Amino acid sequence: MFSQEFMRNALLAGTFIALACGVSGWFVVLRGQVFAGDALSHVAFPGALAAAAAGLDERVGLFGATIAVGAGIGLLGRRSFAGGRGTAGAAPAGDTAIGAVFTFVLGLGVFLLTLFSTSSGGGSGIQAAHTLFGSIFGLGSGEARLAAVIGLAAVGLMIAIARPLLFASVSPDVAGARGVPTRLLGIGFVMLLGVVAAEATQAVGALLLLGLLAAPAAAAHRLAGNPYAGIALGGLLAVAAMWGGLALGYAIPGLPPSTAIVTLAVGIYYTSTLVA
Amino acid sequence: MSTEPRLTWNLAHDVSEVLEYHFMVNALLAGSVVAVMAGLLGWLMVLRKETFAGHTLSMMAFPGAAGAALIGVAATWGYFVFCVAGGLVIGRFSGGGRGRSWSEQSAVIGSVQALALGLGFLFVSLYGGVLGDLDNLLFGTFLGISDGQVLVLVAVALVAVSALAVLGRPLLFASVDADVASARGVPVGALGIVFLVLLGLAVAATAQITGVLLVFALLLMPAASAQAITARPGLSLGLTVAIGLVVVWLGLGIAYFSPYPAGFFVTSISFAVYVGVQVWVWVRSRARKETYIAERPTEGVIA
Repeated sequence: MFSQEFMRNALLAGTFIALACGVSGWFVVLRGQVFAGDALSHVAFPGALAAAAAGLDERVGLFGATIAVGAGIGLLGRRSFAGGRGTAGAAPAGDTAIGAVFTFVLGLGVFLLTLFSTSSGGGSGIQAAHTLFGSIFGLGSGEARLAAVIGLAAVGLMIAIARPLLFASVSPDVAGARGVPTRLLGIGFVMLLGVVAAEATQAVGALLLLGLLAAPAAAAHRLAGNPYAGIALGGLLAVAAMWGGLALGYAIPGLPPSTAIVTLAVGIYYTSTLVA
Repeated sequence: MSTEPRLTWNLAHDVSEVLEYHFMVNALLAGSVVAVMAGLLGWLMVLRKETFAGHTLSMMAFPGAAGAALIGVAATWGYFVFCVAGGLVIGRFSGGGRGRSWSEQSAVIGSVQALALGLGFLFVSLYGGVLGDLDNLLFGTFLGISDGQVLVLVAVALVAVSALAVLGRPLLFASVDADVASARGVPVGALGIVFLVLLGLAVAATAQITGVLLVFALLLMPAASAQAITARPGLSLGLTVAIGLVVVWLGLGIAYFSPYPAGFFVTSISFAVYVGVQVWVWVRSRARKETYIAERPTEGVIA
């Protein structure tokens, strides 16, 4: 299995993307922002199309769109957290704004796609946008290395802001009173999530981003009471789902690796609800 | 003479030209039915803060279409089946109680969506062919809506709206204050599941017009706009339906005269309404705050 180059690339990129998803996912679940992560993965596609339309490198549009929308969600999120936090069972009202904004951005994407397919010179742009969203078994060694570096950098940044972010997430008012820049942290966190989303979406697809962000982290929240243990466990479970899924996808013909990875991740979460 | 549709300054002539074509009449009929149904259920969705659940249900289109292709039936059927099943699963596993916090609920919904998309990939891989209907499913179509499809939409809407008419009162009670409603004997959990199933029906129907990616243009934005304008339930429900109808009619009308997909226009108009309302609410609240500060007595106030 390890003698195949595509498999080595998939393992390299997959491990670090899973680690970044698991670690940031712990905070995403804590803050109830899974929908924000999902929305970020959706705006990656129109961003790449817009860059292609403007004649820029697709990656510029990809990361630009997710980071900009991430900043917007962070700004909106602050307002909704102030009101929606106290009552148990209430989701943040910012979800409505997130839904409206990403639907509009997708609408623009549909427009751009039509623009490309009707204008004469646009064929290459569509081609570029299509090839941009590869599958995990189709990664080149350069792409895999880049994904690993970005994943590792995201994990490093996440650990660097973990302590104040935890304080700001659990008790925003007290943290604010103690001088923690809660608003800035909230915005920075979603922007960082945007970087993870852009990299994961282009390298392994939006499906894996969502599955690895939500399920392992939710299991870690159930299994570990200590926050740092939970963060580490979230990362570990995501990597475990990634390795197991890649092995299954390699071994069973016809089973897409992303399906196997997501199924394992959700299976881990379901088991955790039975145990704890 | 060109046969391309062309917008003239004579609006009445343009409207009658649009209505001359049977496919446009069908599109407008289907769009109106969908706008009403999506408006009513979307209004409750916004009230219950289940936006993410609604989005996840729209994503059921992918496994639905792929599964339908695999067993060889029309994509619409697969879509309806997966939407309703998705509503059941989300309602069963993310429902209140059993120690699930709201932050974990969002993780559960995300997991359901990821699992459904994963199933879709599996179906595509097993099918091995190209999904022909996928483009229409993603981006919506209004050109080829048959009389039969209109009938199906009307039937689905009748089921959903009459279910709402029966359940509306307890559902509103459960949505506004779940604890008190449950203390008064309202089956809050069961109502939540029924609502998600109805929402699944509405999402699947809306996607026939706007496409899967843009269902929120009719499901979310009119309701969010109306609820920002007024807090009175009856009025904002009416406003939601009105905004949805205007958005659909304008969007389809403009799309008829242009080469771009209807979904783009429907989404853009709806988003413009949404942003306009948000700005208006913001300006109004600022103006209020200023009058409040100006009129506030200065003595005895702790700064």
